[in-house]
Amino acid sequence: MTVPVLLAPPRRLIDATIDGEQVRVPEGTTVLEACAERGTEIPTLCHGDTLTPRNACRVCVVEVEGARTLAPACSRKLEPGMSVATDSERVRHSRKLVLELLGSSVDLSTTPKVAEWMERYEAEPDRFGPRAEAAALGVRDARRSGEHEPGDGSVAATVEQPAKIDNDLYVRDYSKCIMCYKCVDACGDQWQNTFAIGVAGRGFDARISTEHDVTLPDSACVYCGNCIEVCPTGALSFGTEFDMRQAGTWDEDKQTETTTICTYCGVGCNVTLHVQDNEIVKVTSPHDNPVTHGNLCIKGRFGFQHVQRRGGDGKGSGAGGGGS
Amino acid sequence: MDLRFLDEAPTAVEREAVDSVLGPPESGWDGGARQDVDLRYARGGHTARDRRDLLMPALHAVNDRVGWISRPALDHICRRLTVPPAEAYAVASFYAMFSLRKRPRRVVHLCTDIACAAAGSSGLRDRLAERLGPPGGHDGDTTWHESPCLGMCERAPAALALEAGAPARYAVAAPAAPGDLDALAGDASPGSAAPVSANGHGAPSPTTFGADPLPGAAPEPAPSAAVPDAGSPGHVLLRRVGTVDPLSLDDYRAAGGYAALRRALRLGPAGVIREVSDSGLVGRGGAAFPTGRKWQATAQQPDGPHYLVCNADESEPGTFKDRVLMEGDPFSVIEAMTIAGYAVGARLGFLYIRGEYPRALRHLENAVALARERGLLGPDVLGSGFAFDIEIRRGAGAYICGEETAIFGSIEGYRGEPRTKPPFPVEKGLFGKPTAVNNVETLVNVLPIMLMGGPAYAAVGTGGSTGPKLFCLSGGVRRPGLYELPFGATLRDLIEAAGGMPEGRTVQAVLLGGAAGAFVRGDELDIPLTFEGARAAGTTLGSGVVLVLDDTADLVATLVRVAAFFRDESCGQCVPCRVGTVRQEESLLRISAGADAAAEVPLLREVGRAMKDASICGLGQTAWNAVESAIDRLDLFGGPDRAASDDIQQSTAAGDRAATEEAR
Repeated sequence: MTVPVLLAPPRRLIDATIDGEQVRVPEGTTVLEACAERGTEIPTLCHGDTLTPRNACRVCVVEVEGARTLAPACSRKLEPGMSVATDSERVRHSRKLVLELLGSSVDLSTTPKVAEWMERYEAEPDRFGPRAEAAALGVRDARRSGEHEPGDGSVAATVEQPAKIDNDLYVRDYSKCIMCYKCVDACGDQWQNTFAIGVAGRGFDARISTEHDVTLPDSACVYCGNCIEVCPTGALSFGTEFDMRQAGTWDEDKQTETTTICTYCGVGCNVTLHVQDNEIVKVTSPHDNPVTHGNLCIKGRFGFQHVQRRGGDGKGSGAGGGGS
Repeated sequence: MDLRFLDEAPTAVEREAVDSVLGPPESGWDGGARQDVDLRYARGGHTARDRRDLLMPALHAVNDRVGWISRPALDHICRRLTVPPAEAYAVASFYAMFSLRKRPRRVVHLCTDIACAAAGSSGLRDRLAERLGPPGGHDGDTTWHESPCLGMCERAPAALALEAGAPARYAVAAPAAPGDLDALAGDASPGSAAPVSANGHGAPSPTTFGADPLPGAAPEPAPSAAVPDAGSPGHVLLRRVGTVDPLSLDDYRAAGGYAALRRALRLGPAGVIREVSDSGLVGRGGAAFPTGRKWQATAQQPDGPHYLVCNADESEPGTFKDRVLMEGDPFSVIEAMTIAGYAVGARLGFLYIRGEYPRALRHLENAVALARERGLLGPDVLGSGFAFDIEIRRGAGAYICGEETAIFGSIEGYRGEPRTKPPFPVEKGLFGKPTAVNNVETLVNVLPIMLMGGPAYAAVGTGGSTGPKLFCLSGGVRRPGLYELPFGATLRDLIEAAGGMPEGRTVQAVLLGGAAGAFVRGDELDIPLTFEGARAAGTTLGSGVVLVLDDTADLVATLVRVAAFFRDESCGQCVPCRVGTVRQEESLLRISAGADAAAEVPLLREVGRAMKDASICGLGQTAWNAVESAIDRLDLFGGPDRAASDDIQQSTAAGDRAATEEAR
């Protein structure tokens, strides 16, 4: 007879209410997890399935009965007797405004699902006025905390600026950055422990930056690409993807995904190869892998050129990318 | 972690500045000269990293000595403390008073916030621009910036000059006449940035700033000048301000100092908490949370060590009460912190003071040093066996660091970003340990509670608001300043105590509680200045700001300034506040440029409501309060959508920047 092996002490079950229905969940369950369990979809942007919630984006807010303010579903744990509304008027209003505020200041064109949410919450990001011109490269990075040019309100300020392309492997297009902090956490003490980037500046001028905004080759970056893995908006992307999007050839409908095992070392990380027209265009890693949780190193992430050497001219035929 | 550093060496002066805080390096591993023996072992792990909380003091040391933080200097600090350069850059760039680009040693901060703007700071701004060029210039001997409230509203308009050197020096001009400003904007005094000693290690100075003001600048008036009725027999909290020498411990003791601590030590920690609970004291920083409950909750936490944090990051525009207390009676803050530490079971207290208060910092540093010398701080306080010490930490120009969890990040050496609650500070606060955070004025109230007993203290004031209260009066009244009144006086009483309005002027509006507070009309002066009275009137006392705008004040311009303030001071962590404060300012700018307010007001309401509902902390949640009250209460924009507002407006009475949200 088999006995189940308990990996953690059993958790007490608690009763709470979500949208008027009783739920019974283990203590410590977040509102988001409880909602996922019962099939209630809650939009999330800064939430990462492998990271500690930062609850920065506030698109997942829910209404907890009796609370003065709304609560982020991604980090608020259910408590006994708690009553949560996930689709009240207050909730819909804040979600709509968060989407509008982001949509009016950030390029969300490559953010999955956001168009659907915009429609669901009737968000109109354009109502804050025409978008301000994009800043020249380096201007946002030079801003001093605690002051800004007031302007006259005729245009809506944005975070847009040219993409930072300073290496062959990946591109940082901070026009698309919603400041979810996930790349910083993945680079820092939650996964990679490289600490190549941080959140610099303050307020609307806050941005992801290396020390003194040095280029990636001058920074501590080890090109593991784990920041790309967690980026929810496409602000960080493979050079291949960036180039193909520029050229208009990026087509996810034509891509296949094949998960296999990295051949470089004995750890045996899973790699998912995204292939379009018989070329590897991007590599990701399954987040549910119990060993790597979606993390790779530079070899697994970017060292795929040898796979597509097809002899003859002695050259790799990859569409960009890098490695040697 | 495997950190990557630059190959550039810091200058001797930068090295000396860092060493003055961190001591000389131990080995090549933490920034010293590399010895052969260093190659035979590795230094890392927690022992190398656990001094992260000295990052801010080290950044200050370089900024104070050189005037800015160069790349090699930042790198050197990182080596000394085993901090990744990207993280140190993230921290340094968060604060307005640190510069990561070369700049002159002298920096003039011209306050352009509400009270100073009403007193004519725009003319001074033009004068500085004429003399020194646009703000933030990197050449010449002196540069300048526009500043949020400098906490000198009683003598607006104010300017503060800080000059890097050994020691750093400062000068204040308030009220700043054009001539005073010219003195501040003069050339930095020569030569004082050289190393103090040949070997690069000078004797540590007991105070950060030198006692002498900058040459040419007028000496600053005594702290008691901010209290028009200083010496009044009715004063409890202010009774020593102006009557004792703030630098003399003997004076303080002769005036009844340390009697409260003796009584506290007799009562025992539980007894102290009982008296404070009985007194009905609630927090004076703006959130009005019961102090006794906070202390009880902290004291009973099984996790340890416990910490005490004194929040002296007074930055709410219009507030200067804590500055006057710290400058005029610094030992009372130290004594009160010792009592609080005793009550909550802390052995270490941090006093976090804003960077714009050089004189208060000097007086506190002196007070802590003298108290240590006399055994009033240290391993055996007053021979009682109770061990307690205080570390002073200085902010660097970030309003958000007065938020009760952001202050932890700043002390710990991280960006001053608020944390999500729960868990609350009493459970997981500073360094993740149980922490009581109290405002300066709150703590100083503990002294009379110890001396008169909780019930007697509770008899002062009203049933719902006990004790004396400090009110920061500024704006159009005849005698602006700090007033102490028992709770219960009305707004009219207070304005009359300040001499009323000058001949021919009337009250157009009063901003209660600062930028995070709300406006009331000139015909609402019968509002009682109690927590319950303000709440019933749909407004807030906040931190005790009473900023009177007379009939000549430009209210729309004032709102634009409030909006700009919140945009500048948002930490940027959450979307509703980071972008919402920008959209709010843009909309108000459109209105002030002549756009149809009827079209803008609904947009302002929607953005404001989302900021209030969905922001992480009190800053975003209150960033729309003043604007909302101007629309609904002052009827500033003609109020075509008043009906619609009624069901949206749930409560205006938030006003709590340092929002203690236990009462969620």
